[in-house]
Amino acid sequence: MPRETDAIMKVKDLPPGFTAEPGSTLEFKTGDWRSARPVLDREKCIYCGFCYIYCPDGVYQDMGKDEKWFKPDLDYCKGCGVCAQECPKKCIEMVLEEV
Amino acid sequence: MRAYETPFEKVTAKTFPKGPDVLASGHRACQGCGEVLALRLLLKALGPEIICVSATGCMEVCTAPFPQSAWRTPWIHVAFENAAAVAAGVESAVGILRRKKRGPDRRIPVVAIAGDGGTADIGIQALSGALERGHEDFIYICLDNEAYMNTGIQRSSETPFGANTTTSPSGKRSKGQSTWKKDMPAIAAAHGVPYVATANPAFHLDLMSKARRAAAIEGPAYLHVYSSCPTGWRLKPELAVTIGKLAVNTRIFPLYEVLDGRYVLNRKVDSPVPVSEYFKLQGRFRHLKEEDYGYIQARVNEEYEKIVKLAETFPVELQAAS
Amino acid sequence: MPAKPIGLEVSLAVAEAVRLCDADVVAAYPITPQTHIVEHLSELVADGKLDAAYIPVESEQSAMSSCIGSAAAGARTFTATSSQGLALMNEMVYIAPTLRTPVVMAIVNRALSAPINIWNDHSDIMSVRDAGWIALFAENGQEALDLTILAFRIAEDRRVSLPVSINIDGFTLSHFIEPVILPEIEEVAAFLPPFDPLVKLDIAKPISMGLLAMPESYTEARKATDDVLLGSKAVVKEAFADFGKRFGREYRTVETYRTEGAETVLVMMGSIAETAMTAVDEMRAQGEKVGIARIRLWRPFPVEEFKAAVAGARRLAVIDRHLVMGAPDGPVALEIKSLMYADERRPEITNYIVGLGGRDVTREDFKYITKKAQEPGAHVRPRYDLVGVWE
Repeated sequence: MPRETDAIMKVKDLPPGFTAEPGSTLEFKTGDWRSARPVLDREKCIYCGFCYIYCPDGVYQDMGKDEKWFKPDLDYCKGCGVCAQECPKKCIEMVLEEV
Repeated sequence: MRAYETPFEKVTAKTFPKGPDVLASGHRACQGCGEVLALRLLLKALGPEIICVSATGCMEVCTAPFPQSAWRTPWIHVAFENAAAVAAGVESAVGILRRKKRGPDRRIPVVAIAGDGGTADIGIQALSGALERGHEDFIYICLDNEAYMNTGIQRSSETPFGANTTTSPSGKRSKGQSTWKKDMPAIAAAHGVPYVATANPAFHLDLMSKARRAAAIEGPAYLHVYSSCPTGWRLKPELAVTIGKLAVNTRIFPLYEVLDGRYVLNRKVDSPVPVSEYFKLQGRFRHLKEEDYGYIQARVNEEYEKIVKLAETFPVELQAAS
Repeated sequence: MPAKPIGLEVSLAVAEAVRLCDADVVAAYPITPQTHIVEHLSELVADGKLDAAYIPVESEQSAMSSCIGSAAAGARTFTATSSQGLALMNEMVYIAPTLRTPVVMAIVNRALSAPINIWNDHSDIMSVRDAGWIALFAENGQEALDLTILAFRIAEDRRVSLPVSINIDGFTLSHFIEPVILPEIEEVAAFLPPFDPLVKLDIAKPISMGLLAMPESYTEARKATDDVLLGSKAVVKEAFADFGKRFGREYRTVETYRTEGAETVLVMMGSIAETAMTAVDEMRAQGEKVGIARIRLWRPFPVEEFKAAVAGARRLAVIDRHLVMGAPDGPVALEIKSLMYADERRPEITNYIVGLGGRDVTREDFKYITKKAQEPGAHVRPRYDLVGVWE
């Protein structure tokens, strides 16, 4: 019986050249690193986009000219709090995640 | 065409590229990483039609753990010290294949990306060679977080005076790093390349426009990019942008360009914030005393004035957005 | 069309082969005794006879780095080096195979320091023995030229997509003027299809290369590279056969000379076989049952072909050109002892190390080796015989 393996892929299934597909880190949800999440007060939001611009993880999505706000994708938000810090209207609050 | 006459498309608040990021989420950079923020914005400015070459380091490890990659451009990593040489090979290949009509008939910027160690220490030879040889579509980006962070915060030649690292620890007979930052932009400029610039993600439009200018200019470009590191600097993660603004507003990290050897100061800092304000936010400078601040302040002012003087020597009218 | 041989320095013949293959990128750094190859290549580029980008890099480390980048971007890529240059590029030499970048490199073999020495032995190539490259050894000028053409065909074959080295003995082969037949460029183009990369940095279809492997994938990645390398032997043999058909020169992975009925077979690689053949002729004239097995394909090691080549021999005298510090034998002997161990009719195997740092290897050396190999108990000696050392 073969020894049990820790391997994630068989030799024959590896892509030639040990490559990866573009943007495939999306499969890895970094959201569970988070201890606090950004909560936005849309009343105060002026749609300036600083949260979107300054997010190191690129988690904010532009909701468009009609909705006029940026929505964080909590699957990836690591909870660093840069958005809350840089928001000129202080309309983002970092709220502790319940454990 | 002179570098400063080369037209390029500036990034403004209105023209900010809102499309999907070139660097996908799901990368493993630390919370509040200023380096990955810089990288994300630079790539956003350049767009996906580039070829990227990374040196070994934080940005390489955190963006490409098999079987995943955050890159939406063609991307290659070979080793630590050779990003410039790999990029030179890619650039030459793309150029000759274009000429031999076996590749796309347009310019494709080849972008080498390395940290401060991969640039100023172990990679300086390969970088010097690539800059000197004049590769046309070659952009080199040094993401300077001022120490070997990936291996655990060891000092590099870009670690600032007084910073505590694991190999420049402060102690009874040490104030931390005992040397000043190696002046990489000046070294790059001394190669006679058409474009050298410093940039900082806290000044995102300036940073992104510089990436665009680097891509537009024919010949090697060198960008030295301020990259804060919450882990290595003992900095609160939410301060990634705040600290970047302070670095410029204290004159510690002046924003300037060197176009065909002519210096342009992008942001005059007439009433600087005292350097102590910058240091107090970072645990790596915690051991510094008032008298150390004074010593560093004097040197910071002197270095800043040098750039001012250089900019006054051969004034340039910068090409406006095309 | 029967072509006429011309007299050409072997280094120049290799450069001409690169021209005939229409290489796209050459990145190289000067080092003796390799320089004549890249000097001639830069002339060919300067004269417009080869439409390639010549990158005059600032070190061999950058030479191989640029070659990896160039091959990854889909360009037919060549470099050449020797000795310290190969040692300096060592890190990148180990990286190219797993990235599947089919760089072709001429290694003009020279001794490694210290002491510094510019002359021939095989210590340089042996320092990258385990890297995953296909390694070919040339005996003469024609072979150096032909193997260079073959190297591109083998390297770029999508079933292979691995880097290939052509090993050419420094000075004793590289700097000799030999009669060589230069094939026509059209003949080479018919033999060598345009480079269609298996893995490519392409903005139309972006991929990421050179990823981080955790313990959960490193083993498999290394095995995958070894599998491709081992599997490349079939492609090498196929290319040799096609080359023979088109150009009339037959190559095998292991070449034999007068092994019929040979009790002692001298095993070697590279240009010393030219001298050895003369020595064997002389010994055969004296009634000595001796022949030669010359390994042309060193990596992947052609196990079956080698065993077939030496079948029936009572003893193998393995001749190495490199001293493996601290080991019982030279590299070729270590390899052959290992693979013959389980052989039913295991021959007696002895090891001789010759020609270090350019010391002459003469007919007398081969006669001495043949005699020594026949001494009773020669094969149970614990160590190699360093021929001609003054102790």
